[in-house]
Amino acid sequence: MSLKSKLHELKLKYQGKKMAPAFNAFHTFLFSPDETTHAGGTHVKSADDLKRTMNTVIMALIPVLIFSMFNAGYQHFSAINGFPADFSLMNDFLTWDNFWIGIIKVLPLVVVSYGVGLIVEFIFAVIKGHEVEEGYLVTGMLVPLIVPIDTPLWMLSVAVVFGVVIGKEVFGGTGMNILNPALTIRAFLFFAYPTWMSGDKVWVYGARERSEEILAGANVDAISGETILGYLAQNKGAEMTYSVSDMFFGFIPGSVGETSAFLILLGGLFLIFTKIASWRIMVSAVIGSLVMGLIFNQVVDFGWIGESSKFYGLMSFDFWKHLIVGGLAFGIVYMATDPVTGSQTNKGKWYYGFFIGFISVMIRVFNPAYPEGVFLAILLMNVFAPTIDHYVVRGNIKRRMNRLKNATIYPKDSDGKAEELKAETV
Amino acid sequence: MALLSKKDTNLITDPLADNNPITIQVLGICSALAITAELKASLVMAISVMFVLGAGNVVISLMRNIIPSKIRIIVQLIVVATLVIIVDQVLKAYAYELSKTLAVFVGLIITNCIIMGRFEAFALANGPWRSFLDGIGNSLGYGVILVIVGFFRELLGSGTLFGYPVLGDPITKTGLYATGYENNGFMIIPPAALIVVGIIIWVQRSRNPALVEEN
Repeated sequence: MSLKSKLHELKLKYQGKKMAPAFNAFHTFLFSPDETTHAGGTHVKSADDLKRTMNTVIMALIPVLIFSMFNAGYQHFSAINGFPADFSLMNDFLTWDNFWIGIIKVLPLVVVSYGVGLIVEFIFAVIKGHEVEEGYLVTGMLVPLIVPIDTPLWMLSVAVVFGVVIGKEVFGGTGMNILNPALTIRAFLFFAYPTWMSGDKVWVYGARERSEEILAGANVDAISGETILGYLAQNKGAEMTYSVSDMFFGFIPGSVGETSAFLILLGGLFLIFTKIASWRIMVSAVIGSLVMGLIFNQVVDFGWIGESSKFYGLMSFDFWKHLIVGGLAFGIVYMATDPVTGSQTNKGKWYYGFFIGFISVMIRVFNPAYPEGVFLAILLMNVFAPTIDHYVVRGNIKRRMNRLKNATIYPKDSDGKAEELKAETV
Repeated sequence: MALLSKKDTNLITDPLADNNPITIQVLGICSALAITAELKASLVMAISVMFVLGAGNVVISLMRNIIPSKIRIIVQLIVVATLVIIVDQVLKAYAYELSKTLAVFVGLIITNCIIMGRFEAFALANGPWRSFLDGIGNSLGYGVILVIVGFFRELLGSGTLFGYPVLGDPITKTGLYATGYENNGFMIIPPAALIVVGIIIWVQRSRNPALVEEN
């Protein structure tokens, strides 16, 4: 007897029991259910359910995750030994030593994120007596990728419990939440433990330990893992040694998975190709950030902001480079396109995406206390998404009402035909 | 309680649970968000409101037959304002540091919706003794929530209770902090109170489904 049929038998055995939702979750994760559609009623038959959708996003995230594991080690050793003079991908980056740092630092984040999140989901499913919702599959992968590498695991667990319960379950679970749960978790971490979420000591593994050793009197060099945005926010752009290709391919410090714009771009194309994510949101968000960046560049060009201004570093940063540093690319591709919390209408998606890009860059420049504003911008637009949709729908109704008013009804008679024709015209 | 009839007892016990001013009537939220970062401030606020509401209810109830209904709000405001000023002066005289923490919020007891709500809904229609009990009951219900919120916010946000470090010292890393625990800065900011109040409402309504509003 195959595993599949054994599981089907077990499923029948557990049917109606308290633990049924928990069992079914594992079961349908591995195999499609054996129920067939009823003769008659159902017409749509597709394997493309929520789980497949979620899995596609995870597939798009896997390269980012693997890259981030190598990058964790690369940043760690480079911060200690200095960046390699002539960088070679095989010898300096894709090494076992680098990957090992990834295994001991990044993998635990993934495991804890999934473990805690799924436990919360299972508890809620069993209490409420519904099937375990798939919503956490993607969130659980996103969370470890958007936190600094040195985030303590217990903090991550607390934040995940908060994010899943307050961000999602209180609103009724997957599909009912108004805020992106992964970003809720990030925002909670940021406001609860700011010293672990910003500054120059959290982005590279070892930097914090080193600074503690120095405080304790050890005779070692401090290592700094300042992000590019961090440098710019302090007007120290000139001290940066990262080239544009470093920024694009992601050999820079930052949150675990946000650094490689290249792999995120590939993931984004994959999501657009599989029609999982909305290209409208991605394109408009890119446009929005470019527009805001251009405005700031112009302000600097006109000489309205001098080099002494604390905004100079970020304002004079080439507008297109905003896309390849920090979490903007990651946010646009994987967070803004969340189908639940984003705008639903096609026209609304353009506004929604545009403002995400626009506000992200604005927060970056104007709030050097936290030079990365993508998560705040997306959360803000999450809140406004239903309003945008509302006005798009109202606008459409108004347009069609106008058309109805101006429609030429022919023939002009009184036997009721006119009304029918009117309905057809509109 | 031989002192009180069953009806009178309900005046005190109802607001503590199923008719709580904050979690059921959703009144007085503003002060619950603003001053609950510390347990001490929550407690003082609860006691102040108890004094103002208890005394105010009695005064309004005694005057209920002579207040012209057209200007009753103004009369109520004057009564509250007088009592609030008394509380404010007492605090300034005997707990100056604390009165600085509470700052404007003692003055803002005047605008606390619970107080005007009880004057309007109860004191204008009932005798002084029952009004007094109603005032005490409602301010107890208010105070209980304030103290619960203050307890969690101070414990998780600052690691102290009434200013006493119960979790150890975060700077020298003693007690719980030695294991790597850190204070949760989120609990200090007012939105955290909103979430704690929300969780209390959630727990209360899932224990007693009759409280869930139809919509």
